[in-house]
Order: sequence, then structure tokens, then C-alpha cells
Amino acid sequence: MKRRSLLAAVAVLGAMALVASACSNDESSSAGSTGSSGATGAADCNTEPGCVTVAEGEPIQIGTLLSISGDTKNLGLDSQYGAALAVDYLDGTFDATPGQILGHDVEMVNEDDGCSADGGQKGATTLAANPQIVAVIGTSCSSASLGVADKILSEKGIVTISPSATNPALTTAGTHQPYYFRTAHNDRIQAAVVSDFAVEKLSATTGATIHDESPYTQGLTDGFKANFEANGGSVTSEDAINSADKDFKPLLTKIAQNAPNVIYAPDFNPACALIAKQKATTSGLENTTLLGSDGCSDASYTDIAGSSADGVYLSGPDLTAFSGGDFYQNDFLPAYNEQYGTEPLSVFHAHAFDAMNVLVKAIESSAVENDDGSLTINRVALRDAVQNTTGYEGIIGTISCTPDGDCATSVTIGVYKVPDVGFLNPDAKPVFTETKTLDEVA
Amino acid sequence: MAKEGVQAETPSARELSLLERLPTRRIILTVLTVAIAVVVGGGIYKTLTLPAAERLGWSFWANLLVIGLALGAVYALIALGYTLVYGILRMINFAHGEVFMAGAFGSYFFAAAYAESGFLNAHPWAALGILFLVGMGVSTGIAVLLERVCYRPLRNAPRLVPLITAIGASLLLQNSFQGFFGSQTRGYPRPSLLDGTIQVGQVSFDKIDPVVIATAIIVMVALQIFVQRTKTGKSMRAVAQDREIASLMGIDVDRVVVTTFILGGMLAGIAGVLYALTFGQVGATMGFLPGIAAFTAAVLGGIGSVPGAAIGGLILGVAESVGPYLLLSGVHVPSPFELRGVITFSILVLVLIFRPGGILGTGEAEKV
Repeated sequence: MKRRSLLAAVAVLGAMALVASACSNDESSSAGSTGSSGATGAADCNTEPGCVTVAEGEPIQIGTLLSISGDTKNLGLDSQYGAALAVDYLDGTFDATPGQILGHDVEMVNEDDGCSADGGQKGATTLAANPQIVAVIGTSCSSASLGVADKILSEKGIVTISPSATNPALTTAGTHQPYYFRTAHNDRIQAAVVSDFAVEKLSATTGATIHDESPYTQGLTDGFKANFEANGGSVTSEDAINSADKDFKPLLTKIAQNAPNVIYAPDFNPACALIAKQKATTSGLENTTLLGSDGCSDASYTDIAGSSADGVYLSGPDLTAFSGGDFYQNDFLPAYNEQYGTEPLSVFHAHAFDAMNVLVKAIESSAVENDDGSLTINRVALRDAVQNTTGYEGIIGTISCTPDGDCATSVTIGVYKVPDVGFLNPDAKPVFTETKTLDEVA
Repeated sequence: MAKEGVQAETPSARELSLLERLPTRRIILTVLTVAIAVVVGGGIYKTLTLPAAERLGWSFWANLLVIGLALGAVYALIALGYTLVYGILRMINFAHGEVFMAGAFGSYFFAAAYAESGFLNAHPWAALGILFLVGMGVSTGIAVLLERVCYRPLRNAPRLVPLITAIGASLLLQNSFQGFFGSQTRGYPRPSLLDGTIQVGQVSFDKIDPVVIATAIIVMVALQIFVQRTKTGKSMRAVAQDREIASLMGIDVDRVVVTTFILGGMLAGIAGVLYALTFGQVGATMGFLPGIAAFTAAVLGGIGSVPGAAIGGLILGVAESVGPYLLLSGVHVPSPFELRGVITFSILVLVLIFRPGGILGTGEAEKV
């Protein structure tokens, strides 16, 4: 009897401790966010989120949170290389020796976003726990950002610029976090361009969509449906898969019942590669064209899908429309090739390059150089400097950031036909390209 | 005889109340049975009576059936590994999914090299033969290693101990492969001989599906002959029946156990190569889900029984492929394909509730 009541008492105490810690966490985090979103003027280092002081001789620490392992590692590594090349170019040349910002070295702290909410949370928490991290280039995937990394980093006042997270919700009022920006395009634009391509070039009137429940893919299929239907098309079925699935034959057989003109499957590898492979042998889909997006656009796509990938259309940033074209072709790409021994692994390296440069410019304009050689970077001032970036000429085009977080407001999306795609052939030409601004799309 | 609420006094000395006399377990089971029958029957009925415009033609079902049988054949081969080991050792080898993965992964390196050099398409039969041999070799190696290192020392431990060890071994193998070879999925080439579709009347299927089914059937028949007709097979059945008496009869139990693992490994290796050829990819974590599905299949068919594993695998494969559309199209559940896993594991749960011995089992539960 005595042992039982003692056990009960311990259990109750333990439960109370859990509840108390949970409640106190909520309070401190909500105080932090109101503090940072409220102050837009010149805040001093004693109010949240405070400043980073980089002592003389110490490096400025910039984090990256990209998907550098697993099935999407080409996507993440590609962006990481782009960001590293920007740090290299700080001294004006691509010579594999990093440059400096305001007399301080730059140290990149690389974390993995796992292309998932789990990974985003882990990586963001690790970076946020380091008080010397000035800003973060990341995440690769929308699923790692949305409600996870963007929130965790914003609450600590860490400016985050994503090179490839394209989900519309990340920059929509209500879900946008104040310290979050991106040089990646907004998927409302990409979905609209794919839909236009299907209607204009493929004369499609019926389509089927396949998403994998992640924010990125759902944003695209929703945008595609809205635009496709606005142009008179009809979506015959909308299906969902699990990104770990291997067997799509029953699903494709089912879709074949309606024989749509196009299937839009903007999923990640290996799912989209497997869909391509299994679609090729599904009867009823011989006249159906497969469309994908930049989630598929990395080297593992053709590796897994083999010859059944030929003839699939993949959308993505139009690399040929980069206005930094000469610099991109003659300086950036050769340096990428030389330093990493490969052709670009995916299509967001230039976005990462520009993101890092926007960040560097913002640090240079907002940091205070002290007499003792140290540098004080006020987090709020840094955020404002990034937000006020206007007319910056990057590789991807003119970058002007908005309070919503979108820095690439006028975007050219190209539709490429495999095997003439950016990740296989850097000189690939899109078969269809369209430039849209955010205001023009649904 | 109502067991609930009976006190130590003689039954006649105390009237049992109505509540105590109710056979609660039987009532719950009956309610559950009726509910399942309604859901399944209702779903199937609604799907088959959809209005003509939405109705799915019989060629669709035939196609799904073939796909399901091919998947089921792979599950059956893996399930045989589970069932053989359980029969001999009364232990669920949870690391068997990784044995399957190892075979597929091992053959991948050869397959990729052959595809690049063109050997795969120039001499497909020779190449396939080598791939199967390599797959079987690697799988068998891992299986024997598992037996020697993880399970033999625990031969006489309480049954829960090797079970947990198996789970640990499974994670160890998964992460080792990830560590050595990376965690990304790799494409597995298919010889052009097996590419393409076959048209039978109105229905057309992937060429690879009937190949998988045929291969699996041949292998399973060979296994059954081995177990029933050869001396080693007889020793296996003897050890499965009663280990101690068998060893008293002069049977080398250790050798029989190793033989069992070898057989299971070979089957898993064949399954691995077939799976890789069908789905075109291998990865360090590919063994996890098929492993659980095959375990379900083995339980469904009656764990410990060879024909049971085969039947269980085929039924489960068909249920996974046909089930979602058959049950859920009629009630307009969006994207029924996503709920395949629900069907697979519901079957597992229901089998364990209603008939833990499986289809070909004895109908009684056996506690670990």
C-alpha cells in the first residue's frame, strides 16, 4: 500500500513538472516573437532579439540548413556549393579561398534539413542554439521550413533566406515569419506556367495530379488545378502518394481509366522517377504526357528512371534566362565544375549564390564596426537591410525583397524536356518559357 | 461455463448476476465481425454498383490482380524465410527484411556495372543468372552471419530475448548499409528483355509481373519438394516438431538451423532481385516495409507452415493492390491508394484477434 501511494505521488509530480515546463516554454517563445515582430526601427542590443558581436579575428558564422543527405541530397548539396562559391567570390575571384566581410572571415556552419519537418526542426534548433549564428541560408525543402524552421529561426531573430523552398504559404500573410526570405520563386508562378504549357503547347484539356502530401507538392498541384480549370481544362483525378512508396502501378492503372492528356506529378525523387518508370509500362497511358517540377530535377531522376524519363517535361527556373548570363556561364559554372568536380547537381545553385550575396550586402550595410576591431550586427537592422534590398543585380535577375519575404518577384520559369534538362546539360534550352510576376497569378 | 466473476465458493452457493454471465469476449468478437463484414461487404458492393460512367471495367481489376499477384509472390518468398525460421526456432527473425535488402543491394553493384558495359542487354539470361546468384549469395551470407552471431548464443534464452535481438540486428544492418553505401536510393537497371508489356485480350500487363509470379512459384514448389522429400528436409521437420527429441535421435540441430537460415537467405535473395527488377530501385531502407508485410503474410497463412506462407503472401499482395480500390472507390474516398498500409496492417491485427494460428494454422494462440 505504501509503495503504491509513493509511486502515485511521484507520477503526479512528474506530470506536473512536464506541464510546468511546457507552459513556461510557450510563454518565453511568445514573448520573443512579439518582441521581434514589433520592433522595426533601430533597436538596441538589449531588446530581443539582440545583436551578434564578432570579436576581432573571429569569423562571422553563417549557417546553412539544406537537404544534404538522403534521396534529395543533390538538391541540398547543389545549393550549399552555390553558397560556398559566393563566400569564395567575396574576394573577387573564384580561387577556392574564401573572402571576408568587413575584415572578418566567414565560417559556414552546415546543417541538414532532411527535406522534412523533422529534419527542419532538428537543424533549425541546432542553429538557433548557437548565439553566434548571424543568419541562415535555408531550407532546401518547403516541408522543412513551413511552420518549423522558419518559425524556430524567426523567433531567435535569425535572418533566413531560402534558395529553393517554393511553397506559396511561406510568404503569405498569416503564415509568413518576419525573418524569412527567399530568392526561390513562389510556386504559384511555377504552377501557372506549367498549366499554361499544358494548355498552349500540349493542347491538354484533361489532367490528373499526384502529390505526396508535402507543402511543396500540394502547393503546386493546387496552383495547377486553379490555373488549368481557369483555362477551360478539367482535372480528372487528384491523388496522393507517400513519398516512400515504391509501387505506383495500381494508382497509374486507376488514372489510366480516365485517360487524361497529362499527369502532373511534381513530387520528389525517387517517387517521381518511379512514377515515370511505371507509367511507361501502364497500358492506357501511352498518349498521356508526364509533367514534373523542380523537385524531380536532380541527377538521381534519370539514374532511377532510365530511358523511361525521356519525353517527360520538367519545370524549373529558366537557367538560360539568367540575366547574369555571361558571369554565370563563363565564371560561375567553370568554378563550380572545378571546385566540386561535377556539373551542377540541381537547379538552385545560382539562387543560393544570390541569397548569400544579398545577405553579405545586408551585413555590410547594417553592421557597426567598433573601435576594438569587433563587429556588432544588430539582428533587427540586418533583417531590415535584407528587406530593403532593391534592384540588386544577381545571377538570377533583379532581386528586390518584399515585406512578405519573396525576393524574386518577377520570375522566368522554363519547361524542359528530358534529356535536355539543366541537371544533365548545363546548356539545356527550355521548350517553353514564361515570365510572370506574383500579381499576375491566381 | 462462465469464467468471469466466479468466486472460490462452489457454483451452486452463489447466483451469478446477468453481467457476470455474459460471454464478453465472444460478444466483442461477434460485434467486430459484423462491423468488418458490413464495412468490407458494403464497400465492395458500392464499388461494383457505381454508375456506369464511373464504374471500373473488369480489365482494370484483372490488371490490378496481376500486379497484386506479382507483389504477393515477392512477399511469399520473404514470408517463407520467416516461417521456416519460426518453425525451427519458434522465433520471429525480424532482421529478415534486411537479409532481403542485402541481396538486392549486393546484386545492384553487379547490375549497374553490367548495364553500363552493355552486358545486361547483350546476354540477358547470363547476366540475370549472375545477378540471382550474387543476390542469393549475399543474402545467405548475411543470414548465416545473423544466426551465428546473434541467435545461436541465445538458443536457450527466454523467447523474448532473441526477438529483441532480431529487432536490434535489423536496425544495425540498415544503418550499416546506410553508412557504407549512403542513404540515397539507386536505380536498378532492367534488361530490355523484361521491359515492356504483354497484351492478353483487353488486358495488358508489365512483362516482368508474370515472370516474377512464375519464378516464385517454381522456387516455392522446389522448396516444398526439398522439405517433404529429402533427408535434410525431414530433419528440418523433425527439429520443428521437437528440438530435444530430434537431437536425441542423432540429428545435428545446429546444422539443421544453419540450413534453415541458408534456405531462408536464398529465398530472400531471389525475392530481393525480383523486387529490384520490378520496382527498379534499391536503397538501404528498402527492406523494412516489405519485411513487415511479409511477416504479416506469414502470420496470415499460418506461421510455421510453408504452404501457409505462400498463400498468405499471395493473398496479402492482392489485398494490397486490389483492396483499396475495391473497398473505397464506391464510397468516394479520395485517393484510396494512400490507405494501402491501413489494409495490410488491419489484416494483421484482425488475424491476430480472430485466428492467430493463421489460415492453415490450428486456430489457437501461442504466447511468446
